[in-house]
Amino acid sequence: MLGLNKKDFNLLMVVVGLSLFAPFILNIFPKDSAMAFFNGGYPDLMQRFAIFGIFAIGFNILFGLTGYLSFGHAAFLGVGSYAAVWMFKLLGYNVVPGLILSVIVAGLLSVVIGYVSLRRSGIYFSILTLAFAQMMYSIAYSDLFGRWLGITLTNGETGLQVYSNDPQILLGENSPIVPHIFGLEMNARLTLPIGPWEFVFPVGYYFSALFLVLAFYLSIRIFRSPFGLMLRAVKSNNQRMTYTGLNPRPYTLAAFIISGMYAGLAGGLLASMDPLAGAERMYWTESGAVVIMTILGGVGTLIGPVLGAGTIKYMENIISKMNEKLLHEWFGFLPDSLEYSIVWVASWFTGEGWHMTQGVVFMLVIIFLPGGLVEGGQRLAARFGAKSNDTGKTAQPAE
Amino acid sequence: MSEFILQILNGLDKGSAYALIALGLTLIFGTLGVVNFAHGALFMIGAFCSVTLSRILSASYETVDPTQKDFLGNPLKVKSTYMESWLGPDIGGAIIDWSVPLAILFSIPIMIAVGIAMERGLIKHFYKRPHADQILVTFGLAIILQEIIRGFYGANPIQTPAPEALSSVAQLGGALGLEIVYPAWRMVYFFFALATIGGVFAFLQFTTFGMVVRAGMADRETVGLMGINIDRRFTIMFAIAAVVAGWAGVMYAPINAPNYHMGMDFLVLSFVVVVVGGMGSLPGAVAAGFLLGILESFASWERFKVFDGLDQIIIYLVAIIILLTRPRGLMGKKGVMED
Repeated sequence: MLGLNKKDFNLLMVVVGLSLFAPFILNIFPKDSAMAFFNGGYPDLMQRFAIFGIFAIGFNILFGLTGYLSFGHAAFLGVGSYAAVWMFKLLGYNVVPGLILSVIVAGLLSVVIGYVSLRRSGIYFSILTLAFAQMMYSIAYSDLFGRWLGITLTNGETGLQVYSNDPQILLGENSPIVPHIFGLEMNARLTLPIGPWEFVFPVGYYFSALFLVLAFYLSIRIFRSPFGLMLRAVKSNNQRMTYTGLNPRPYTLAAFIISGMYAGLAGGLLASMDPLAGAERMYWTESGAVVIMTILGGVGTLIGPVLGAGTIKYMENIISKMNEKLLHEWFGFLPDSLEYSIVWVASWFTGEGWHMTQGVVFMLVIIFLPGGLVEGGQRLAARFGAKSNDTGKTAQPAE
Repeated sequence: MSEFILQILNGLDKGSAYALIALGLTLIFGTLGVVNFAHGALFMIGAFCSVTLSRILSASYETVDPTQKDFLGNPLKVKSTYMESWLGPDIGGAIIDWSVPLAILFSIPIMIAVGIAMERGLIKHFYKRPHADQILVTFGLAIILQEIIRGFYGANPIQTPAPEALSSVAQLGGALGLEIVYPAWRMVYFFFALATIGGVFAFLQFTTFGMVVRAGMADRETVGLMGINIDRRFTIMFAIAAVVAGWAGVMYAPINAPNYHMGMDFLVLSFVVVVVGGMGSLPGAVAAGFLLGILESFASWERFKVFDGLDQIIIYLVAIIILLTRPRGLMGKKGVMED
């Protein structure tokens, strides 16, 4: 169905199901119960799941298939955000032109960066993309091009936002003044209380999830296409591919551009949820974050990046919400000295220490589980004698 | 003319820091073949060695001085440092004042311990893994080290002053009839960097140990076959590289108040420096460090200004141009990390 074999179609259906029922799955605990803290089903977080899922899927098309480790993908995300906010400023709050422009601009930028960076491979490629992304960050942070042209382009440190005196030529009398799609506001939501539970269905989330499913479908098609096979050839033996008479560069460049456009779409969606764009989205540690998501989920697997992005964003939200007061409540039943030592240790990893947890988890995954969560799942399945549903795609991250 | 020299001087202090970090990066890369993303964190730990030592030395206790009163009429609490009360105000005060230079000694055991722990505990297991894995695992380590420092010292920059005698401005160029005013500590930093770089090169060039290490860099297997424990020497080289990065940080503390993410900020630029200099080439790393530092300073010069803010992107622009025209970098060797 849809040009997929049965296994892939099932995988797609899993993603569709997860996205459709996310508000239920993430709000598993009743609203007033003690465990409600672990609920992740609020709009802001669910949107991030979908958006960073798209970002990671795109990154995986480059890194997972060709093995080229880009350390500069945040540049495309940031540029996409800026493009979308500019559309809001010029045309109005309808997100469609913004999303289209963000994909186009990110695509054009990735043509330039990809063309130059792909002349080298391995560590040089990583450093070149890193250098490009840091350059874009510096340009955006101090609004270099804007100052050059004598206009405000990125609005520097403050970040780009929409002001009431912007042209917004398509803004009609009754148009909403928040991002919307043909009148349907992004921050609108439907709340459904069932007994002690309360489920929230945000428009913005479903809008992003639609793109997530499309992005996922496209990535399956790419993975299964002859083009995807070429990309794997680039990874497994570049030299032999050249000897066969094929030029690897157009294929890698195409993969780079596709993943750049995915990142641009994610950036545009981020701006559609909250019409702001700032340079900090382009800082190189943000590029590192998408690498972390992809690796945590499983490089080169289809579902891995989505899982990884979801896990990281969930942990980020929940763990950084834990503060010392809460920890004291939780461990209050213990004797005082034990309680204080546990809270002391835990406070390194929670709240502001979230980055510490992220670093530790990331290192553990790299050291012990290079195939990420997907490989972990397969190992578990193998241990318990279940028939492995692996298709042999757990690729090692390559050079 | 004096303006011109001033621009060069301005570039030297940053250039020195780039050169020192890039030297360490290249040493590690040349010996162990590992791309160390945690090298910036070593630089940062060095800077916090300065902070720590100056805090230890100026540890103080409070006494109540009944002869003085504060504005409410209560006896005044006087803070006095242990150093001054033990060693007298002259010597004790001088020790506190010179805490940053003293931190050079203080940092040696710390950096060696951190370096050896890093190499033996983590990086050793990654020699056979792809470069991407090495990059990623050291990137994770850098995040953790940075968070540990933030946990202990907080997120704000910590001012760490240079010794009184060296924090003034120096009048240079009197002999040439030029008027150049330049902060003395930056001169100190530059000469310290030169001495360190010279020391590392001399060590590699003129000692037996250095000779073995150079031989190992050229052909590790053969050196191993001769019955030399090359791994142990490479571990020591890692520790030396860590000390070099640490020293760069120790002495940089008065120039730029240390904060927990200073390492990350310097790391990217140092990588660019290494690549411009040529992967695996020690003289290339040093030369490119100074070159890019000076270039950055010239790009911010009013008279030269092509457009605003060029100084913030010039390094990246130059790196991209060099990598495209001379893919091996300025002094890169053939066959080192060709792909």
